[in-house]
Amino acid sequence: MGKLSRVGNDLYNGHRSFDFIGRKPLWYGITVILVGLAITAVIVKPLNFGVEFRGGTELKITVAEGVDQSSADELRESIADAGIEGAANPSVTTAGGNSLVLTTESLSDTGEDEAEDVIVGLFPSVDRVDDISTQDVGPSWGREVAERALIGIAVFLVLVVLFIWGYFREWKMSVAALLALFHDITITVGVYALSGFQVTPAAVTGLLAILGFSLYDTVVVFDKVRENTTTLRKSTESYADAANLAVNQTLVRSINTSIVALIPIGAILYVSAVQLGASSLQDLALAQFVGMTAGIYSSVFLAPRILVQLKSTETEVVEQARRARAKKRAMADRYASVPAVTRDTPVVEGEPDPDRTGRPARAERPADTDGGNTARPSDEALGKGRVAPTQQRRVASGNSSGRQQPVRQTRSKRGKK
Amino acid sequence: MAARRYRPGRTLVVFFLGVAIMYGLVALAGSWKPALGLDLQGGLRITLTATGDPTDENFEEARRIIDQRVNGSGVVEAEVTAQSGRYIVVEIPGSTENRRETEELVRRQAQLRFRLVACAEGASDPCATGGVPLGRAPLALDHKPGHEGDRKNNEPTDTASPTDTASPTETPTDEPTGEPEDEGDTGVRTAEDEIAWAASPDADSVALFNSLSCTEDGTTVKTNAQGEQVPAPQPDDPDQPLVACEIGDDGRVTKYLLSRSVIEGTELSDAGAGIPQGEVEWAVTLDIGNDKDKAHPKGSTGGEDDFETLSSQLAGTGRQFAIVLDGVVLSAPVMNDPIRDGRSQITGNFTEESATNLANSLKFGALPISFDKDVTTEDIGPSLAGDQLSAGLTAGGIGLALVMLYCLVYYRALGLAVVSSLFIAAGITYGMVLLLSESAGFTLTLPGIAGLIIAVGVVADSFVIYFERIRDEMREGKSMRVAVETGWARARVTRIAANTVSLLSALVLYIFATGAVKGFGFALGLSTLIDLAVLFWFTKPLVSWFAQFKAFNSGHRMSGLSPGSLGIDGPPHPPMTAGGKA
Repeated sequence: MGKLSRVGNDLYNGHRSFDFIGRKPLWYGITVILVGLAITAVIVKPLNFGVEFRGGTELKITVAEGVDQSSADELRESIADAGIEGAANPSVTTAGGNSLVLTTESLSDTGEDEAEDVIVGLFPSVDRVDDISTQDVGPSWGREVAERALIGIAVFLVLVVLFIWGYFREWKMSVAALLALFHDITITVGVYALSGFQVTPAAVTGLLAILGFSLYDTVVVFDKVRENTTTLRKSTESYADAANLAVNQTLVRSINTSIVALIPIGAILYVSAVQLGASSLQDLALAQFVGMTAGIYSSVFLAPRILVQLKSTETEVVEQARRARAKKRAMADRYASVPAVTRDTPVVEGEPDPDRTGRPARAERPADTDGGNTARPSDEALGKGRVAPTQQRRVASGNSSGRQQPVRQTRSKRGKK
Repeated sequence: MAARRYRPGRTLVVFFLGVAIMYGLVALAGSWKPALGLDLQGGLRITLTATGDPTDENFEEARRIIDQRVNGSGVVEAEVTAQSGRYIVVEIPGSTENRRETEELVRRQAQLRFRLVACAEGASDPCATGGVPLGRAPLALDHKPGHEGDRKNNEPTDTASPTDTASPTETPTDEPTGEPEDEGDTGVRTAEDEIAWAASPDADSVALFNSLSCTEDGTTVKTNAQGEQVPAPQPDDPDQPLVACEIGDDGRVTKYLLSRSVIEGTELSDAGAGIPQGEVEWAVTLDIGNDKDKAHPKGSTGGEDDFETLSSQLAGTGRQFAIVLDGVVLSAPVMNDPIRDGRSQITGNFTEESATNLANSLKFGALPISFDKDVTTEDIGPSLAGDQLSAGLTAGGIGLALVMLYCLVYYRALGLAVVSSLFIAAGITYGMVLLLSESAGFTLTLPGIAGLIIAVGVVADSFVIYFERIRDEMREGKSMRVAVETGWARARVTRIAANTVSLLSALVLYIFATGAVKGFGFALGLSTLIDLAVLFWFTKPLVSWFAQFKAFNSGHRMSGLSPGSLGIDGPPHPPMTAGGKA
């Protein structure tokens, strides 16, 4: 316990930090591969839409001796186990006191015969011709419902984009959140297609819940990013650093939330998939489980990454990054330019010490840490530490040897003694 | 400052009072089990058979309209499916108490028409025997010539021309007109024509009116040669005069001869149910739009204009117009004042339910096809096996227990706040579901239950965010009592922003979606609001209250906020910068 919370503390103050923002190829690569796999999955194994979307066959069975709930359950199980094509997820209800209604996907003639065999096997009194009537059922979730749902989603997305824009005063956050949402939805749909589960209204409901959750989770992380990049800005941090710190600081929260949110869904998924077999519970739980996992992943690894990428071209961010780099360099070794004098340093007048260069040559600076040869026009113009300003005009001889000179500050700035 | 000191105890007491009041309401409502949906409990199954041979398009349109009617009023998750191109099956969860009412809602064609009353026959005043139309015609005829001139190509079939010469006292039966043959073809009629017609109807219509009589249940019958009464249903054709009956408040039946339709139900822009100010009875309010494309007598400029013409010419004359629904007169009011905004209302002996049902039927439009009178109604059982609900609930219970265990282990004593908050949230949710199933017809389906269990994640997240904030504040060196408040200030903003997103999604889904998705949006919004309420009025005060105890604010090992659990008691870290922390 103590160890984990120590990690939490280290993450908070930045002593330990995972580089979520920096490793661009890695996280983008993973994301692209995941999304690509999901899309491939949907293409290779298209979604299997249920009766509610495509319509199907309905058999009404009149049983002379009367029916109750247990006979409905029996029939449902026997039909599901019979392996009839299109009847893997049947729905059976009692209707009135003496009939059962069996709904399956559209059945072929042989499929109907097989289903009737099963029915007669269960209820010997049923006559094939007189007691079973077959109807085609249309979809209850037809185009109408889909259209309205799509309009709803479109309106929702527009509103959320406007909300995030207004709340964070940053449209790039809206874009990043939307991209992360797209990633989550694609992965969820892909995994669902792979699972081969039937698409039922329950699954669609689960997917709609993911819409809200994914954005919700992203907003929580972005809220910390905003806090770190505005109110708590340190001059040593570039935007990317601040965002990375924010992700690290919310990491413990993200882990806790995912544990807390996924445990109940995992339990439902396990019980329904392993113990119950096909059910609307399982559809919903799968969509939710995958969607939530993807949502948490994307709000940690993807959304801040995209945000930083989008922001990286802004002048202010570029400036801040440059300042932060320079400052860091200066901070890394403040006294680099101060000659190390020990007691036994020989005092040699006028003869330069080979170990000691008053002003380190440029080549001695550590090679560019961030690679590339991007122009850093004024890295050297800070006049701090070992970086001396470039010569603008002739330098008159002085006694400072390139060291920083103490400055007499006004009384108010000197601090209390 | 001392006077405005934050009193967590007080907030807690008020909060519990609120919860107690809610449960008081639940106790008043009297049901302690939520209404379950179709998949868990079953319900009522109504099968409608279409008459005639409707086209696929009309049939699908009818299915859509019925779907809107049954799902339009609330959060009931009813299912409407079309079968074999002839049947429409409606499944409504729960045991519907008023079956007839529900059947009526589903089956009703909802063709609403405004017609003018030419002749009215009460039980006491058989107007037609005297052969005198009710109308006081000359009033309506003043503008006639002008309108005649406006009309272009309908002189041959101009049905109003005889009335120009007809004196109001002339008995209509004497009028030699060829009207019934000419009607219904190309004649372009305006509201004025109908007003004129109603003032002095043609002979054939009056003869028909006299040959028919009304039964108790409002159908028209004819007395045949043997003196028996045989049903003589009158087709409700908008381009024909109509003989129709009204069943009054006291059960009295009135027979009317009505003009052609002046305003059609399709011209309504809205309909609603309510109790008008200063009255006690329910009424259906109508708002007639002014859309020229939908206007019924093709020549008119729109329903609202027609209604204005109608009301201004009828006002003060004592003449009636009739509101006809599916061939039965709902009411035949007298105009008192001209109505210019197209608003009117239907009164009658409505109950809340029948008024709402009628308003819904009108709002979503008339069915393009009609159905057989006898509908099959039967109870159906749940579509899910009984073990699914219990299995789902067990799984959810196990999941919840694990969540609570995790919170207790991770947050130690603070976990108590999480556990109690979760229990409180669950209690409120249950109470709200009970209240809503009583008042709004909310039904819990299996996805709904699972959705609520899933909401646990979001609810628990609000505590996680808050507690992590407190820890962060304490890591910066603040004491617990301070950290609880400053951490709250920051966590609150995050929570509100994040929950706004959830609320937005819930709201939009509720407004735009139908059926199951609507119910889901409702449940999502509900759980989000409950999450906010519990966090603001329970968890926060509770933690503030905890902070007053020494066990917590002294950093006890079990408090969850000891230096050990914060991770700030560890070995000092190697300095990162040579010059120390800036």
